[in-house]
Amino acid sequence: MSRAKTVSVENFRARVEELSGENVFACYQCGMCSAGCPLTDQMDRLPSQVIRDLQQDDITLLESNAMWVCASCLACEVRCPKGVDLAKLMEALRQLHLRKELDHVSIDEMSPQEIAKLPQIALVASFRKKTG
Amino acid sequence: MNTIPYFPGCSLKDTAASFESSAQFVMEKLGLQLQELERWNCCGTVSSLTTDDLMHHLASVRNLVRVQDLEQTELVALCSMCYNTLSRTAQRINADAEERDKINQFMDRESDYQGAVVVRHLLQVLRDRIGWQALEQATPHSLEGLNVACYYGCTLLRPKEAAIDNVEKPTIMSEAMAAAGAMPVHFPFAGECCGTYQVVDRRDLSIERSFRVIQSAAREGANVIATACPLCQHNLKEAQRELAGASELADIEIVYFTELLAAAMGMDSQKLPEGLSARMQQVAEAQTG
Repeated sequence: MSRAKTVSVENFRARVEELSGENVFACYQCGMCSAGCPLTDQMDRLPSQVIRDLQQDDITLLESNAMWVCASCLACEVRCPKGVDLAKLMEALRQLHLRKELDHVSIDEMSPQEIAKLPQIALVASFRKKTG
Repeated sequence: MNTIPYFPGCSLKDTAASFESSAQFVMEKLGLQLQELERWNCCGTVSSLTTDDLMHHLASVRNLVRVQDLEQTELVALCSMCYNTLSRTAQRINADAEERDKINQFMDRESDYQGAVVVRHLLQVLRDRIGWQALEQATPHSLEGLNVACYYGCTLLRPKEAAIDNVEKPTIMSEAMAAAGAMPVHFPFAGECCGTYQVVDRRDLSIERSFRVIQSAAREGANVIATACPLCQHNLKEAQRELAGASELADIEIVYFTELLAAAMGMDSQKLPEGLSARMQQVAEAQTG
């Protein structure tokens, strides 16, 4: 499957801000998002570091797995004292890959048994979040 | 009998069929029949979060149009993911005439959406339209002896505009359980994520998260976990099957909240999950013996 590393984006931060509608400089790095995120132990960058990288326009962020581990549970969104919606930033980062046809899951890699066992909402949600 | 327009969603017609059948049983007992929308379609399952994603809300809007066609303004959902997606779309499109106009221009066969439909979760209908006292009166087979940890997960609580109760300290499901005679168990993982759709390609991750939810409920003395989402239910059951082994965690019943209410209203034990029927039997014996 094609992976993140081939994506290049001009005006990276501006593009992410445009897609998400969020201002990354509203974040003052308190770390509340990282403290409450249930999946940080699976991420190669913490949620607060994702925003820090965006503030610094660090395009290597696109190689991070954080956006794919994020499950849009919105624990960060409801707790951010500055009202930054990190889930929207994560979605924008995913979209930068997906809009270049770089899917992150493929139904071809799943067995019919696996597919039959999963609730439909799992499959539809996964494909909505991880395919273009 | 009074009716309320109802959106089932795909999982309730398949892996979560007992969620629907138990809810229908409960609502009939309460005198408010769930009226399934005709020609409903997928809600979209997750809310699109980018600024240029308006068209991705179309699927939800089509369902809102079906409610409008019935000359109704309220739609009830059971599946918490459907509830969340429909509710967020309704709030966004109801509040923005320009976006509503764009969406309407995109739909040919449907009547224009007027922006008046409100989406509710069944728990809100139970609280606000039925009331806990009426629920208590309708549940003669008390759930006494069941220590129920009410698991909300993400989509009933977040984002704030879609929250059916307090975002950090929800009590709505516990209140329903208490009305039916159960002992609600407070546990800190009630609103934590189960790993959701990550189960598709990161099963390890969702199993691990879900098992923590079960461990947390067990530590606080729960013998039942009540859920409101087919995906939470699936992930928790898988985690229990895979990681509980022969420990006491394997004995915790993981059931839909509607199945508990249906049990309390005397639903045929054959139609209830086996473990729940057995526990109800124990409860009944303890009460008579």
